[in-house]
Amino acid sequence: MTSLRKHAWVISLAVLLGALLVLTKLIQPGFGVAGLESLARAALPFAFATAGMAVVIIAGGIDLSVASMMAVCAVTAAVLMERMSGVPAFLIVLSVGAAMGAINGALIIFTKVPDIVVTLAMLFVWEGVALLILSSPGGATADWLEGAIRGYFLFAWLPKAFLIIAIVAAVIWAPLRRTKLGLSIYAIGSDERAAFRSGISVGRTKIAAYAICGLFCAFGGLSLAALTGIGEPVPGPYLMASVAAVVLGGVVLGGGKGGLLGPLIAVFILRIIRTILTLMAVDPNVTTIVEGFIMVGVVMLGTALTLKGARG
Amino acid sequence: MSVAPEPRPDPALERFGRYLADNPMIPLIGFLLLLVAALEIMRPGIVTPFRAGRDELLSLFWIGNLIKFAIPLAMLAACQVLTMLTAGIDLSVGVIATVAAFVCATLAGSIGVAPAVLIALSCGIVVGLVNGFGVGVVRVHPLIMTLGTGLIATGCLQVYQRLVINAGTEIPGFLGWLGTGRTLGMPNGLYVFVPFALFILWIMRFTGFGRLLFAMGSNEHAARLSGVRGWQVHLALYALSGLIAAVAGLLYLGMIRQPSLSLANPLLLPSVAAAVIGGTSIFGGRGSYAGAIIGALILRVLDTMLTLLQMPEGARTALFGIIILAVTALYVRITGSR
Repeated sequence: MTSLRKHAWVISLAVLLGALLVLTKLIQPGFGVAGLESLARAALPFAFATAGMAVVIIAGGIDLSVASMMAVCAVTAAVLMERMSGVPAFLIVLSVGAAMGAINGALIIFTKVPDIVVTLAMLFVWEGVALLILSSPGGATADWLEGAIRGYFLFAWLPKAFLIIAIVAAVIWAPLRRTKLGLSIYAIGSDERAAFRSGISVGRTKIAAYAICGLFCAFGGLSLAALTGIGEPVPGPYLMASVAAVVLGGVVLGGGKGGLLGPLIAVFILRIIRTILTLMAVDPNVTTIVEGFIMVGVVMLGTALTLKGARG
Repeated sequence: MSVAPEPRPDPALERFGRYLADNPMIPLIGFLLLLVAALEIMRPGIVTPFRAGRDELLSLFWIGNLIKFAIPLAMLAACQVLTMLTAGIDLSVGVIATVAAFVCATLAGSIGVAPAVLIALSCGIVVGLVNGFGVGVVRVHPLIMTLGTGLIATGCLQVYQRLVINAGTEIPGFLGWLGTGRTLGMPNGLYVFVPFALFILWIMRFTGFGRLLFAMGSNEHAARLSGVRGWQVHLALYALSGLIAAVAGLLYLGMIRQPSLSLANPLLLPSVAAAVIGGTSIFGGRGSYAGAIIGALILRVLDTMLTLLQMPEGARTALFGIIILAVTALYVRITGSR
């Protein structure tokens, strides 16, 4: 029953996304493959931030430092790629991201300070680290990185950016979900004590969850660097946006429920609403209001619908 | 970072820890004094002018300045302490403070000071009521709800700014007086803040509302079973939090004298940090406003220290985060609570 409801949520999100795409086409008959491509490209950093956030929220935590970690990864990529060839730099950035996430998780476990407070403090730390690496926007990115997210793949209608999100999320998450670690992440999210008593190493699992979040943030930072061609040390608006998309995607704050597909669809829903409002020549400031209302409204609706389940 | 050994230390240390847990103000004040001492060592004479050849024992100017800039932070920390008592959090306070300041500054010239202030304060209450409705009635997680209303309020503020772009701004005289003037060597804001702090302490300790907050945070289910109407408490709590944030925004406006669209937003995360350093648990049921005030002072002294160190901005930001974490971790270690 619960799984049915969960799938129902994801399915209705997908239907909503389809309806919104149709609506976009109706408003702007010229909206086609090119529009879709730029939409997917703009959604890249949001999607990775959301994926990372989703993993830690499923594990019963929250990571307020995602935007700062992305900034660190973006400037690291920009600085490294100026000096060395792209592939080692790419791998270094990924390990930097995972290491930052692991540090977040380890600090939560070893200091016993609540996760919100730890990641709040680490938000400042990583922001500072990003500024230390690169005090003003600069550096450069490898050409192939920029090329990797631009254009289409295989078919003339499949944006590369979209494919990248799907592949990265699938490669990291799909195998994980079927392993012991994936199961443990869900277990500590739904009931930490019960998970501990059934022999799960809560600390190690939590650190792994935060490290995965850091890894996703590294991809987010790389895509930021690829989008702009430089490294930008100031964190973007990805914290709020990722929490909104995660919750809209059907992951319950508090952990244990949801997946990665819902939040990723939610990212595209939020982005396409922005596109629609822009096409309708709505003041971009009003767009912010609408997004806020959607976030609050959807969560209210979701809470009201699942109130029984959440109460238990 | 020195950490007490993990497995059952000697009984004396444990007793000391329990004593500190019962009196969380003592280590906090001690830490604050330690920081001030460190600051004095870094820049001799900044706190005690007599060592630099002037004839004052303690620099009232410096203390006044410290207090002046800690006041808005401490007021926003009150919002966090109150909401955290019920295991909530209010992430819209920064935006509310900014909205109140901006609305007041833009309206004061055209409709008079008193109506402008009233409208600014009611903006805060309205956002607070929406928060309270979402958290209390619809039962949305406070983090999401207040983040969302903050987003909506930011958007409204941007639209509003487009409407009044030609109106110009005016800082009401009394706010300027409160923000920048001094009486008896102390900033005027202090004379507003002291009654305010006493009011908050009174609410928390001596009123039924305060007890309801603690009860809801300790065990919401039990509180509900004993007849507490949770949604009413939440509605009143978040409305109060919004009002406090709006007042803090007005004070801050008088201090900065430069209304902008992100005036008080940078104060949001430090306000959470001040509450946490002051020993308030984000899981609800435990918290002290006096601690949060000391927490705000600690953050301000830290800020001064890090500025004096003349480190690059990045190192300063990073160190700020590390210190917040270290203080909280140490606190958790010593008192054995979270």
